[in-house]
Amino acid sequence: MNTPIRRLAVVVMLMFTALLLSTTWIQFVQAEDLRDLPGNRRTLIETYSRDRGAILVDGTAVARSERTDDELGWIRRYDQASRYAHLTGYFSFTYGAGPGLERAANAVLAGTDDSLFYQRVSDLFTGTPPSGASLELTIDPAVQAAAQEALGGRRGAAVALDPRTGAILAMVSSPSYDPNGLSSHQLAAVDRTFAELDEDPDRPLVNRAIGGDLYPPGSTYKLVVAAAALESGDYDPDSELEGGRTYTLPGSSTSLPNFGGAACDPEDRPTLAESVRISCNTSFAWLAGELGADALREQSEEFGFGQELAVPMPVTPSSYPESPDPAQVALTGIGQHEVRVTPLQVAMISAAIANGGSVMTPYVVQTVRDSDLEVIDETDPRELSRAVSPATAEALRDMMVSVVESGSGTAAALPGMSVAGKTGTAEYGTQGAAHGWFTGFAPADDPRIAVAVVVESATDDWSGETGGVVAAPIARAMFEAGAQR
Amino acid sequence: MTLAPTARPSTVTSLKVRSGRLVELVLVVFAVAIVALAYVNVSIATEDRLPTDVWWHVGLFGVLPLALHVVLRWRARYADPLLLPIATLLNGLGLVMIHRIDVSQGLGPTDGVAARQLLWTGLAVAMAAVALVVVRDHRVLRRYTYTAMAIGFVLLLLPMLPVVGQEINGSRLWIRIGPFSLQPGELAKIALTVFFAGYLVTTRDALSLVGRRFLGLQLPRARDLGPILVAWGLSVLILVSQRDLGSSLLFFGLFVAVLYVATERTSWIVIGLSLFVAGAVLAWQLFSHVQQRVTLWLDPFAPGQSDQVAKGLMGLGHGGIFGTGLGEGYPYITYFPASDYVIASFGEELGMIGLFAMLLLYALLVERGLRTAIGAREGFGKLLAAGMAFTVALQVFVIVGGITRVIPLTGLTTPFLSAGGSSLLANWVIVALLLRISDHARRPVSERRLDPTTDRAHPTEVTP
Repeated sequence: MNTPIRRLAVVVMLMFTALLLSTTWIQFVQAEDLRDLPGNRRTLIETYSRDRGAILVDGTAVARSERTDDELGWIRRYDQASRYAHLTGYFSFTYGAGPGLERAANAVLAGTDDSLFYQRVSDLFTGTPPSGASLELTIDPAVQAAAQEALGGRRGAAVALDPRTGAILAMVSSPSYDPNGLSSHQLAAVDRTFAELDEDPDRPLVNRAIGGDLYPPGSTYKLVVAAAALESGDYDPDSELEGGRTYTLPGSSTSLPNFGGAACDPEDRPTLAESVRISCNTSFAWLAGELGADALREQSEEFGFGQELAVPMPVTPSSYPESPDPAQVALTGIGQHEVRVTPLQVAMISAAIANGGSVMTPYVVQTVRDSDLEVIDETDPRELSRAVSPATAEALRDMMVSVVESGSGTAAALPGMSVAGKTGTAEYGTQGAAHGWFTGFAPADDPRIAVAVVVESATDDWSGETGGVVAAPIARAMFEAGAQR
Repeated sequence: MTLAPTARPSTVTSLKVRSGRLVELVLVVFAVAIVALAYVNVSIATEDRLPTDVWWHVGLFGVLPLALHVVLRWRARYADPLLLPIATLLNGLGLVMIHRIDVSQGLGPTDGVAARQLLWTGLAVAMAAVALVVVRDHRVLRRYTYTAMAIGFVLLLLPMLPVVGQEINGSRLWIRIGPFSLQPGELAKIALTVFFAGYLVTTRDALSLVGRRFLGLQLPRARDLGPILVAWGLSVLILVSQRDLGSSLLFFGLFVAVLYVATERTSWIVIGLSLFVAGAVLAWQLFSHVQQRVTLWLDPFAPGQSDQVAKGLMGLGHGGIFGTGLGEGYPYITYFPASDYVIASFGEELGMIGLFAMLLLYALLVERGLRTAIGAREGFGKLLAAGMAFTVALQVFVIVGGITRVIPLTGLTTPFLSAGGSSLLANWVIVALLLRISDHARRPVSERRLDPTTDRAHPTEVTP
């Protein structure tokens, strides 16, 4: 009977080998995937019940973790409620880390990022409970406050950049929400709050400045067209363009009027500079046709269109249509048809012009510090691309100054300071509703701040919102707060 | 075994046989020390202090295997020295994990499940001691072959009776007597092994020698198929009436293994496996809960079904290679963290490394059991030891394999680790019987007892 017993021993050995293999498979090979599975309560508790790093603006915490007595041990607090909601996002036990830095910089805040490896090792030996790193933002609280207050709860967004570095000085999306309502440990109340926010037709959870549905840029896109024209070498600011009262779209009988049906020039031949100043539609539609879709797309991409940016929150890439027909090309010249942008992208156009033609990569995290306040990471300004030559940038700047001095954007003017800007009124829908745009920078001769503001139409039909009326004053408030930096 | 034949009868010298009792004592102390360390570890991790009455608690536990060690010195000097330390270590670690789960439920060392488990450990070790003292020679058990059969069947069918039978978590496996819930199936395991061994040792010739060859297999006669069909029928009956896949698989696997060892005929394995496959397919087609188990096995994360397997896997994954450390994980998120899923709790807190160590402990236990079977000098002892060792292996395989997705999950206790008295009792008695058989196998000829089942004073049967 010993032979079968030995064979039985082999069977037993095989059985145990199978168990060792399956254990290895689960605990070694699959462990990471299992940990990241949605609904893994262990990972949730693990990430939630730890001292998460704070998010700081100018030394003040706008998101911080506070000790509690309950099972989780920590709760996330947002001291300025809605002002920084779209920057911070939320950190909810039920809904996880919401959009914003809470999600985009989760690994750093939670302390699990690779850059924090050495701290984790030393924590292990010193017995310190693991803690996350804190983020110091590039945000200027004065500009952020000015933008939020000026928007006043209207649907829209405002972004401010330091044109020299790409540092984001303000990022406001409106309407906003209070992330404390989602980070609470009152889970039933959190569910109700989330459902309300999620179903709100104004979509407060969406950060309009970098994501959500993209906007048509309207006449602010004329800056890109003008840039392409100047860069082509065939035009200078004094080049005369064809621009009558109306422009018949190529290949169709549809005619495109100027705003209010006015003439751009007594002889219907406005110069490029004049076309920008008064935001002439017909001459820009004509110019777009002359330049062609490829040149416009190329110029757009040099400004940052189509880029998958992470600031570190992911930015929806702005886009120029794939293959428009001649009539559509003409429409793109005034920022209509299927040109789609984020407010951040529009701010980057102004910033590039302000910065001598160089687009700086936008970022919102200045420094990362571990719990011992030691700097782990510091963001250095980086050029994203060169959009235009310094000469072109200067020419564009002069045109933009004239827009604010005597053109469509006078509402953005500040006493004692030269401001450059461009207005836009982007139609959407079928009933003539339009979003008001303004983008620009100040001071024009030594730019410190570049902005883009969009205010969505309050109603479905047009109720008088032009960029010069609704958006320019918001930009002025931001310039006022930020130009003296 | 170790008696050297000598050339000249005038100088007969017998080599001193090592009993291994000293090794056993050292290892038992070592095992108790590991358990004490683990216990302290849990307290520090969960309550940030040393456990109160730590010496008292560890002493209460440690005295049990030491007492059994003394019994072995007295009654089974030559027993295998590894069985007791391994059982002690597993049992102790089980107690620590049960206590750790208690703590997560807000229960202390005196009012939790662990206290009851310690009581059961005492009872189980006492039962093992009684078994060793009363059964001075395992061959006595052969006299009770058919009594064991009757006891085994009754125990198996007991939960199906009204009044005493109880259904818990959808399986009808328990009986309630007064304040105690018992899982008689665990004890039936022993009775049935005794029966299988006793029955097959007498009928093995008929089952192995007679029959026709077909396709290289020695097929048995139709009438000899009786026993295996009865065993199969019984396990199907358990499956249907008690909705318990685990014990059904365990009994049938045990029977086929013992049958194979007894007859040395591969054909029995082929027949057994075909019957098993047929039964499994039938069960899969007939019962929705079997189908659920299979779908859960194939995709534990599919939405809209039980997340039992998924939670266990997430626990194991959370532990990773090195584990979170005792008291530092979240084993209580998994269902049944102290009973069916206790191994997942260990995997989470001790990691893959810890789980490897525990699986190797089981493998070693089984290996010592099979070695005992090889060393046993007569057929009954061989079958009994092989059967007992194999049940432990099979049981570990079915439950750990179920948790780690080697096979569909079926509820079984993990030997020595799971909270539950019947299982502890049964496994300690198994260890006692293995100790008894190994003592017999390793004992030098000069100290050998005569076969109590025969009155003649002839040398014991020797199997090649």
